[in-house]
Amino acid sequence: MSAVPETLKFASDQGLTGDHNGGHDDGHGEHHDTSATTLFGFWLYLMTDCILFASVFATYAVLFMNTDGGVSGKDIFDLNFVAVETGALLISSITYGFALLCAHKQQKAGTLLWLLVTIALGCVFISMEVYEFHHLILEGNGPDRSAFLSSFFALVGMHGLHVTAGLIWMIVMVLEVLKRGLGTQTVTRLGCLSLFWHFLDIVWVCVFTVVYLLGAM
Amino acid sequence: MSHSAEIESHGSVKSYLIGFVLSVVLTAIPFWIVMTGSFSKATTFYSVIALAVVQIVVHLKYFLHLDFSIRGRLNTFAFLFTALIIVMVVGLSIWIIYSANAMMM
Repeated sequence: MSAVPETLKFASDQGLTGDHNGGHDDGHGEHHDTSATTLFGFWLYLMTDCILFASVFATYAVLFMNTDGGVSGKDIFDLNFVAVETGALLISSITYGFALLCAHKQQKAGTLLWLLVTIALGCVFISMEVYEFHHLILEGNGPDRSAFLSSFFALVGMHGLHVTAGLIWMIVMVLEVLKRGLGTQTVTRLGCLSLFWHFLDIVWVCVFTVVYLLGAM
Repeated sequence: MSHSAEIESHGSVKSYLIGFVLSVVLTAIPFWIVMTGSFSKATTFYSVIALAVVQIVVHLKYFLHLDFSIRGRLNTFAFLFTALIIVMVVGLSIWIIYSANAMMM
């Protein structure tokens, strides 16, 4: 289709050429390119977030044996409980995927439905985590008990805060889709949230492997 | 042609389902290995770690759509660079602190 040389096309997309219609079938290409840039920028942010998580993982790996005579992972981790949490987060990943697919197809009702399902599953995950933390603190195993528990609360809590932020963002997106429909900008934002949400699922894979499975071994 | 590339980069119901089924299997196996506890400590340790790495690759491919296409290449290289930094941050910290521990015993 496009007989326009790549450099010229780039210049045209950046608005550097006066001829806005030359070689383009519509103005859609311009939007798509800014959206690709936005998604790449957000991806770079996620990479820095990755390093933040990595340093907290390193802290946990260094401190987890220092239980100060208190409980160790073996005593406090209930793998059945963690399996349900993991299931909720994993299912929420695929339901978000369906929401994004609906958004790309401009299906408003489908997008909203899958977003709400994802929010519900995210809430299940967060409530279970809050319950677990509350239970631990009540039994005297709060973050001030030992270096192991400090690093455990820091690592799992930071993931939980990220998921909470993701949930708030998702609620905002539901309102935006309701109010403005599925414009290019809204779909791009949903794309960024998709990266964020799936990224958190990857971090959780590391958490349940390093903290819970290896800790309960 | 740019349209088909676009669809590919967003994934499809099929690719999400493949990713989901693989993730469920790759989550169920390590939980089963640890919960039954019928393997030696070393076997359990290495298989759980290996399955997590495989699962991360599955997530990157099927949910985050990382690939080596012209459009997606930059994201993939950004990730690979980050992975290198993470290996250095986590790996070297653990190496240093464990060595220090061992030498002070």
